[in-house]
Amino acid sequence: MIMFANEEERAKKLATRAAYGPTLAELADAGYPVVAVDADLSGSTTIAKFAASSEENAHRAFNVGIAEQNMTDVAAGLALTGKIAYTGSFAVFGCGRAYDQIRNTVCYANLNVKICPTHAGISVGPDGGTHQMLEDISLMRGLPNMKVLVPADHAAAASAIRLAAQTDGPVYVRMGRASVPCVYAEGVQLEVGRAYVLREGSDVTIVACGVEIKEALEAAEALEGVGISAEVIDAFSVKPLDADTILASVRKTGCVVVAEEHSVMGGLGDAVANLLAREHPAPCEFVGVQDRFGKSGAFEELMSAFGLDAPAIVDAARRAHERTASA
Amino acid sequence: MQDLEMRASAMREDIVSMIAEAGSGHPGGSLSCADILCALYFGGVMDHDPGFPGSPSRDRFILSKGHAAPALYAALAHAGYLPREELKTLRKMGSRLQGHPDMHLLEGVEASTGSLGQGLSIACGMALGLRMDGIASTTFVLLGDGECQEGQVWEAAMYAAHMGLDNIVAIVDHNGLQIDGHVTEVCNPESIGDKFAAFGWDVVQVDGHDMASLVTTLTEAKQTRQGRPKLVVAETIKGRGVSFMEGQAGWHGKATNAEQTACALEEIRAAREERIRS
Repeated sequence: MIMFANEEERAKKLATRAAYGPTLAELADAGYPVVAVDADLSGSTTIAKFAASSEENAHRAFNVGIAEQNMTDVAAGLALTGKIAYTGSFAVFGCGRAYDQIRNTVCYANLNVKICPTHAGISVGPDGGTHQMLEDISLMRGLPNMKVLVPADHAAAASAIRLAAQTDGPVYVRMGRASVPCVYAEGVQLEVGRAYVLREGSDVTIVACGVEIKEALEAAEALEGVGISAEVIDAFSVKPLDADTILASVRKTGCVVVAEEHSVMGGLGDAVANLLAREHPAPCEFVGVQDRFGKSGAFEELMSAFGLDAPAIVDAARRAHERTASA
Repeated sequence: MQDLEMRASAMREDIVSMIAEAGSGHPGGSLSCADILCALYFGGVMDHDPGFPGSPSRDRFILSKGHAAPALYAALAHAGYLPREELKTLRKMGSRLQGHPDMHLLEGVEASTGSLGQGLSIACGMALGLRMDGIASTTFVLLGDGECQEGQVWEAAMYAAHMGLDNIVAIVDHNGLQIDGHVTEVCNPESIGDKFAAFGWDVVQVDGHDMASLVTTLTEAKQTRQGRPKLVVAETIKGRGVSFMEGQAGWHGKATNAEQTACALEEIRAAREERIRS
């Protein structure tokens, strides 16, 4: 039984990254042999909070300086001595710069390394395009042995960090900088390979992940006003994808919108389209960043400028719905 | 010492034969490090037990220059981790002997390697993990000199010294050649030893084909624990033991044909006979 946030909790806004360090401390205190390796961003990733949580945990947190490739393979070496090793940094570096290390050392040998960078997507805002990682889901889901989790809120992020410790082999957890409303109750236990229906509907399925969940829920509310009943699914586990939950919904609604704070190439959209093409062809519309880099701006401004906000999802849902009706 | 030399010679035969049988592979850099591996595995330098390959207290060896896999496979076969007969499956469909070492297929392979520049970082993580667990084992890691052009090597060199990882012994197989030619001409990383020393490592040089010196130097490096990681620069000859390959970059990644194979094996055997007689 999945616990959702109550009204009071829904009013709270927290960044997914805020769950990282504290959850590591919780896991270490519970006896998991976790260690964390960061690359000069331990304050931003909140791994510093893990290090500061106790004297013992201070010895479980390492900082290699600005050297993400080394960070990743040091974590691999720690995993080879039986540790559950987490890495930090921003997604653009921890996943992009260290791609070969993740591919050839971590994933090839199926090592117990958890790639959990923060500041993914455009939520890093004013830092601009060099820092806005929009291809990480694509890079990570293409790797054999890798699992990809994209938490929608703080509680889901804490669950993802716990799941990473409980799952053998490499896991990618995509966290962001922006504060987002709580969807799940604190302490919720999500599962690898599961998607969650957050709102039931009959006319269109909206599959979303991460910060797009907030937008999808707002879009569903707006669609209700124009007589379109939208079902909202949180694709928490992008890989493995929960085919059953998504297919059951699309069989009911007949069409789908996929929304992600990521490039439209290679991410959740492609995963869902691939599933539907094989199992149940249906009109699909895609909300995501259109083959371009990010730029500086406030998070909310960028969400609107890149067509990632609730109105963009509403438009996409209407298109999908019309295509279904005219088919 | 002569036993070790005989062993290294037999390993060279295996290296040449298995690459010839495979029809592809990297003879030059495998032959240049054969003596180093022989000293590590058979000279009493490394604590390891093929009967108990998972022993927590074993010393670890990481082949960062993963393309020298034939040398590692030969050492592991001679040590009893796999039948020598299996060496001829190198690089073939279904073989445990992948083109680059796969830790899940073959016991004794401590880390899967192949993409250059990563082994020293892996060694840092292992050394940290062992230190956390209070295990005194040493982590050995073998790098190529061309490999030292990879920036990550220096990230790891900095970090190992910063963390005082004196349970690491890195060895550079200093054969002076890489695929495209002389290491100093392609993009000069020299002096590799001085650079490691500048990062805070203890650095020693050794003749990488003198078995007695190798055993002494590597043993000393293993036993010295003074808060600094240790580098052994082993002066080697690419293709060592096969005169038509020696010092030739062209033999970095090419298998011998039947005639060349016979010639190479003949030379290795003749040198061995000669050594026995002397």
